[in-house]
Amino acid sequence: MNSPSTEFTRRMAIYEQFNQISRLGDVFNCGDSPNTGSSAIVEVDVGLENKAGYISCDQVEPSRSDQETNKPDDKTQRRLAQNREAARKSRIRKKAYVQELESSRLKLAQLEQELERTRQQGIYISSASDSGYFGLSGTVNPGISAFELEYGHWVEVQDKQTCELRNALQAHTTDIELQILVESGLNHYCNLFRIKAEAAKADVFYLNSGLWRTSAERFFHWIGGFRPSELLNVVMSHIEPLTDQQQLEVCHLRQSAQQAEDALSQGIDKLQHNLAQNVASDFSWGNYRAQMAVATDVLEALEGFVNQADHLREQTLLQMVRVLTTHQAARALLALGEYFHRLRALSSLWAAHPR
Amino acid sequence: MHYQVDSWGYYMPRMSMGSDPMERVAKLASESAVVIFSLSSCCMCHAVKRLFCGLGVNPTVYELDQDPRGKDLEAALMRLLGNSQAVPVVFIGGKLIGAMDRVMASHINGTLVPLLKEAGALWL
Repeated sequence: MNSPSTEFTRRMAIYEQFNQISRLGDVFNCGDSPNTGSSAIVEVDVGLENKAGYISCDQVEPSRSDQETNKPDDKTQRRLAQNREAARKSRIRKKAYVQELESSRLKLAQLEQELERTRQQGIYISSASDSGYFGLSGTVNPGISAFELEYGHWVEVQDKQTCELRNALQAHTTDIELQILVESGLNHYCNLFRIKAEAAKADVFYLNSGLWRTSAERFFHWIGGFRPSELLNVVMSHIEPLTDQQQLEVCHLRQSAQQAEDALSQGIDKLQHNLAQNVASDFSWGNYRAQMAVATDVLEALEGFVNQADHLREQTLLQMVRVLTTHQAARALLALGEYFHRLRALSSLWAAHPR
Repeated sequence: MHYQVDSWGYYMPRMSMGSDPMERVAKLASESAVVIFSLSSCCMCHAVKRLFCGLGVNPTVYELDQDPRGKDLEAALMRLLGNSQAVPVVFIGGKLIGAMDRVMASHINGTLVPLLKEAGALWL
């Protein structure tokens, strides 16, 4: 039973799990905890000698080769059982992941079809009144059409993920399962910022105006999206109780997010001021070249601000998750998801409300 | 001749004006705790200046459009950042921090304030 080859296979299985788990751990513990991943690899590579310094992972425990080889005792049985459990969990996770991939593939195929149809029909979705510069109104903007489709899909997935988080928290699943959900939640926000960056290149005024969001969300609008400081206000009551260290870090995060927000706001104000002065002054307004120069400059500058605002949102989210435990982070993302879902629902109510 | 070592490891003769723009950038960057290279018309530069002022820091600002050799410095900064945007660029304690996104990221993750304190730009 404990022949050298099964010994080796078992150890390779442990090594693989270490790799997976420590990679996940790295995302949430960057810099804070010792890099368990590489030390695990070193441990296994150095040989089949066991060192007592195996990493604290509740699925594997240290063992001594001389002990096991001849005695199939309780320790061995327990370890085997734990390995089986770990392997089972790993298989479940893999299955869930593969299912998610399959459904994403289907969704992707559907989206691509829709996109193709939309492009062929040349549907113009963005608001007609303010999309024209220098008389170029009513033009088709395929970049924006594509963005609207992608964003619609993003919201669907967001709502689905929020449900998954809610179910997972209610069912008291393990931290590892929660970690996976938190990570995919963060990735999903990063996807949003990525598609927004593309849309900013197509029509930054559209993106900045928030026309693509619902009316309730637009009420809180700040440079193309939500305020980073709003984020922390929303999740505050859901992440308690916090340790003293966490209180301090959350306080710092709140402060620095507010300061960065204020700086960007002042930058945008300056941009508005400059543009207003330009438009109001007679001096350069005579010739087309000057107008074009002003227009291009403002476009580029605004794109820069929208990108920085999204960057700030992303960094604030990431730092928030870094400061919190897995369970707290899951609660935070759930709170955020529900908050925006409710704002969207409120907007529908308002739209349907008879006057 | 008086030689001055700066954080880039160059020995730079004080008497020469640093004909190489990169050297000049390094020299200017090492002369104050917080150095910002900017353009007076750039609004993102305005935002980064407001950020530091809001923290209680008094940065040294070089407006490249008001410098006779500003164009060279801009080009050098573009090469340094690997970016089409030369400004704003921030140096703290002579070390390159980066453009606006790096500054904001480091403020959010809590590394900016310790750097400022280390460089003597912030007390408390």
